[in-house]
Amino acid sequence: MSKKTAAIVGPGNIGTDLMYKLLASEVIEPRWMIGVDPISEGLRLADGLGLEASHEGVDWLLKQNQLPDLIFEATSAQIHRDYAPRYEEAGIRAVDLTPAAVGPAVIPPVNGQEHSSAPNVNMITCGGQATIPMVAAVSRVAPVSYAEIVASVASLSAGPGTRANIDEFTRTTAAGVQSIGGAERGKAIIILNPADPPMIMRDTIFCAVSPDSDQDAIVRSVQDMVRAVQEYVPGYRLLQEPQIDEPSAATQGQLKVSVFVEVEGAGDFLPPYAGNLDIMTAAATQVGEHLARSMNGATA
Amino acid sequence: MSDLNALGRTWKDQHGGDLDLRLTDTCLRDGSHHKRHQFTAQEVHDIVEALDASGIPVIEVTHGDGLGGSSFNYGFSKTPEQELIRIAAETAKTARIAFLMLPGVGTKDDIRAAQDNGGEICRIATHCTEADTSIQHFGLARELGLETVGFLMMSHTQPPEVLAKQARIMVDAGCQCVYVVDSAGALIMEQTADRVSAIVSEIGDQADVGFHGHENLGLGVANTVIAARAGATQIDGSVRRFGAGAGNTPLEAFIGVCDKLGWRTGVDFLQIVDASEDVIKPAMPEECQLDRMTLMMGYAGVYSSFLKHAGNAADRYGVSGAKILLEAGRRKLIGGQEDQLIDIALMLKAEQEKEAANS
Repeated sequence: MSKKTAAIVGPGNIGTDLMYKLLASEVIEPRWMIGVDPISEGLRLADGLGLEASHEGVDWLLKQNQLPDLIFEATSAQIHRDYAPRYEEAGIRAVDLTPAAVGPAVIPPVNGQEHSSAPNVNMITCGGQATIPMVAAVSRVAPVSYAEIVASVASLSAGPGTRANIDEFTRTTAAGVQSIGGAERGKAIIILNPADPPMIMRDTIFCAVSPDSDQDAIVRSVQDMVRAVQEYVPGYRLLQEPQIDEPSAATQGQLKVSVFVEVEGAGDFLPPYAGNLDIMTAAATQVGEHLARSMNGATA
Repeated sequence: MSDLNALGRTWKDQHGGDLDLRLTDTCLRDGSHHKRHQFTAQEVHDIVEALDASGIPVIEVTHGDGLGGSSFNYGFSKTPEQELIRIAAETAKTARIAFLMLPGVGTKDDIRAAQDNGGEICRIATHCTEADTSIQHFGLARELGLETVGFLMMSHTQPPEVLAKQARIMVDAGCQCVYVVDSAGALIMEQTADRVSAIVSEIGDQADVGFHGHENLGLGVANTVIAARAGATQIDGSVRRFGAGAGNTPLEAFIGVCDKLGWRTGVDFLQIVDASEDVIKPAMPEECQLDRMTLMMGYAGVYSSFLKHAGNAADRYGVSGAKILLEAGRRKLIGGQEDQLIDIALMLKAEQEKEAANS
């Protein structure tokens, strides 16, 4: 099976970490790294690893005789919104790592097999990738009337894009908690913590479920889902057994399920504390590989 | 205090230039923590009416954790905060209603709604190293014609020069007053003065500087006096300390001190003392106390609103609340990370069980 070619647009932290993961892929060949800054460290690294690195942006890429099969977008939501129609026009499938939400959202262990023919798929946010699997784990065994996620990440791992658009993070993540997590209502909170040494990403997932839910089934489902995420993010782990609080005024009469996770990154390019970025690039790699395989299947 | 009047500020114009300091009462925002976010419409009406009548120029009303704070993590509001903001705005005759928002918790839509409900001053709070997360919100607030205030929370954790740089980011984004916020009640007077001075030197007359104190080491009024001497002209406090942790700077006490010092606040001391006794006290579940838990917060530098949540987790898992707070300080948790207190309680419980098994 021939590898599908890919371009990474955005040679920042995410794009560079993604490059290392794609270089190890059996079904994708990262061939281009595209940026806009000639002195970008990411472009320099890409060049050294044999990719074609250009600082002349997507306009340059789209003028080449040979176009990639896949584009991984690691710029910003605004930039992706501007360029997504041109990728589609050129027949290039896009895996969007910004919160632009142009295409349907994908969380690998929840709906990773869906949308394999969509021209554009969205990876939601790092907080979404880390928490929505847990919401889905609860909602597949007990209806979730409300889910709330709290993502704490090291300040150093939150780039200028996240900082400038923190509202997009909370909105896009909350929407994913509902549409993919399966909660009737969703809420997302993000905290940037500057502690030194930097903290490893931590996430707390709260779900409100009906008082007669099967508590053992919830705990088992959460543990199964953690193992499914660990297949592509080995550093994803439960910090505590899931906690279940009996209904009270403080829980608005529902059972409150609390799940505490930590996400330690693989350290491919980014330091291990930046599990928030690692889970994003690892999930995007999963999704890209699934698309590549289905493209091969279609042309076989 | 003559140089306090040198700056041409919007609030100075509103008061005809006859105030040296502009006070904001935050019973109905920081007090929301102490109240576990259970304010009723009637309580908000009565408190706003009393504060307004005594001449308090700004009254802050929001969930303790700002717009959108009603949640599992911080506690659900009994009455939607937007409704409370509307009631406050309808009740106040001269006071202006402020609201708080934390980027990452609330959103721009919440700011718009708060303005629609009568809020006029948008206070945007970030941890004191993360000011750049507030840029889009300051931009929107100014575009909407709101007055703006920026909060550098947990100011005790950073040296003056770092705070000055963060203040600069906020001012450049449209912030009209940057507050040194002693969220943990951990600042000691000289540290307060150094931080206020550094920000005053950085932003000059481009914006005001404010101070927001807590009582966890009993220094609320002392810190506030020294902050004003260093150039802070906007001051936060809560009548009867009705706030987070051991409470906020007791505003009525500070007003009395200002009278003695000849600093004009525009608030009638006797009226505010009556309001404290007759209106604020009945709305409080209990007085805010300087006790083992709250002292620990000042001592370990812990975010004041962790108090009730640490207490809940201690009760739920049978561990020491004081130890939860000490560990929160050791982990360098910041505002918003209430969820981690449960993790700490579970860790302490596991340690306790291990020790019991070994003995």
